[in-house]
Amino acid sequence: MNPVDFITQTLRIAVPYLFATAGGVLAERAGIISLTLEGFMLSGAFSATLGTYYSGSPWIGLLCGVLGGLVFGLIHSVATIRYRADQVVVGIAINLLAIGATRFFLQLAFESSSNSPRIEGFAASASARGFDNPLLWVGLLSAPILAFFLYKTPFGLRVRAVGEHPGAAESVGVNVTRIRYIAVAVSGMVAALGGVFLALDQHQFTDQMTAGRGFIAVAAVIFGRWDPARAALACLLFAAAETLQIQLQGTQLIASQFISMIPYLLTIIALAGVVGRAVPPAALGKTGD
Amino acid sequence: MTTGLREKLEEALFPPVVALLIALVCGDLLILSYGQSPAMVYRLLLEGTWGNAYGFGQVLYKATTLTFTGLAVSMGIRAGLFNVGAESQLAAGGFLAAMAGLAVSPGMPGILAIPICMVAAAVGGGIVGAIPGFLKVKFGAHEVIVTIMLNFVVLALLNWAIATHLNVPETLHTTEISSGRLPRVESFIGAFHGSAANLTLIVALLVAVAVWFYLFRSRQGYELRAVGLQPDAAEYGGIRVGKIWFRAMVLSGAIAGLGGINYVLGYKYYYEEGFAGGSGFLGIAVALVGRNHPLGVVLAALFFATLSQGGLAIHAFVPKQMVEVLQGVVILAVAMSVPEVRRALRQARRPAAA
Repeated sequence: MNPVDFITQTLRIAVPYLFATAGGVLAERAGIISLTLEGFMLSGAFSATLGTYYSGSPWIGLLCGVLGGLVFGLIHSVATIRYRADQVVVGIAINLLAIGATRFFLQLAFESSSNSPRIEGFAASASARGFDNPLLWVGLLSAPILAFFLYKTPFGLRVRAVGEHPGAAESVGVNVTRIRYIAVAVSGMVAALGGVFLALDQHQFTDQMTAGRGFIAVAAVIFGRWDPARAALACLLFAAAETLQIQLQGTQLIASQFISMIPYLLTIIALAGVVGRAVPPAALGKTGD
Repeated sequence: MTTGLREKLEEALFPPVVALLIALVCGDLLILSYGQSPAMVYRLLLEGTWGNAYGFGQVLYKATTLTFTGLAVSMGIRAGLFNVGAESQLAAGGFLAAMAGLAVSPGMPGILAIPICMVAAAVGGGIVGAIPGFLKVKFGAHEVIVTIMLNFVVLALLNWAIATHLNVPETLHTTEISSGRLPRVESFIGAFHGSAANLTLIVALLVAVAVWFYLFRSRQGYELRAVGLQPDAAEYGGIRVGKIWFRAMVLSGAIAGLGGINYVLGYKYYYEEGFAGGSGFLGIAVALVGRNHPLGVVLAALFFATLSQGGLAIHAFVPKQMVEVLQGVVILAVAMSVPEVRRALRQARRPAAA
């Protein structure tokens, strides 16, 4: 097939992963486990659909989507930081909550159990292949932006310190709790953008439309060893595999189920340390007593 | 002794009660957003579940699967491991149970065929549990991530096997097994007619008792709990932590896998893609609310089964998705209140102790 088609399709598929992965890297570098990315994306997609539908403007929808992610990010941070709840359990609860809540309100708002009506989107012309969508560019730039914040700003330094040695950070006057609240809240908003992109790109919300993308992002965070650039490369790799799967559909060359396993298998292999061990931030998951 | 028991009960009961109250309030808001009366909807929910034999049978059926997955997750947590893979272990168990049922001769008596299928189910789940156990012990790979990732891999593999090789044409399920079927409750008590409740129910209760005995009355269970509380101290005390972890993951997977018989041997008599339908993930909620005690797990399984069956009972007035929201709220509220209640109770007791 045409290599330009392949690359453009890969980039478009990668955008939701890039957003969610950037959110995941940020939260996990601050020490909070990010199994909630799926929920953040789903709430972002649904809120964006609501906002766009009622206002007619995808920009308002974008804002609503970010707010939706913020709400779930705040639930996550209050539960894990203020109440010191188990981060894995909270992650699973938030994903269930997001699936249930989006379904319930889909019924309430649009009287449908499957999808919303058509909404406006950003991309205007067919010839631009979706590259006239500003959100696509933000997604592609999300990794360098995050890398800059993490490695070049005082805030990023604090985030990393809080994720590695919260005790040491505390002793030099860093407000660990506040940094974590901010990191998780921002993580929710950034990951939600992945869902916003999906909804606006497909011009509607469909039930469970994120379809496990949040977990692929979790895989990318780990496979990329918690580094923005490497995690973004993992997203591109996973997206390329998915593009390949779509292109091969119908050829019987290799079953789609096997290609869909690639991100998960690679992550397991990375965790087992067969090719360079994936070591998480030292304080990841440790907010309990 | 009695005060110790009372303290334990307080610590175990406060969080679910708080969670239930919060969930009720959230439910009220959701019901009101639909312009319905909360009292009427809650009454319907109870009538449709505990109020008639069919509904109750469905609750028992759903609680049976959840008891297995809840016990599986608690077994892991008691050893200090978080098994998020019950979903795929359950599916793999159901898959192998169906394969065994199809492999044995159709005329084989149930007394032989049923145990063979049950062993197959436990083996299926046990293998899926063994992989993260092995990777944890051998390479230190974190079991939470490995089990999550493995869920996708195992389910994709099973979906592939069903979609390409083993399905009845135009469906996503295998052919029906003829031997190895477990009788339904309705064949003993007519009022349960039409409900899926079957004798797997008894198996679930027996497994709960066995898990209790294993955890609290056996040497292996003692070691397992010691590792769960303080792995370093246990290691220092001469317990081989790696071995215990591996064994706990295999057992946990086997219990979840055995849960597959509820659907395959007791209800549909075939394996179908997606039959686990989230029961593995809800098992985490069941273990959490049941405080990782077999008795608590059984009660929590009944609670979550009531919610999910109750959703169907209220669907004419409020979308059944309401109960999914409430399930999420309950898990979140319990997770948040467990550490809080523990701290509060300790503080309250401190002056008395001093």
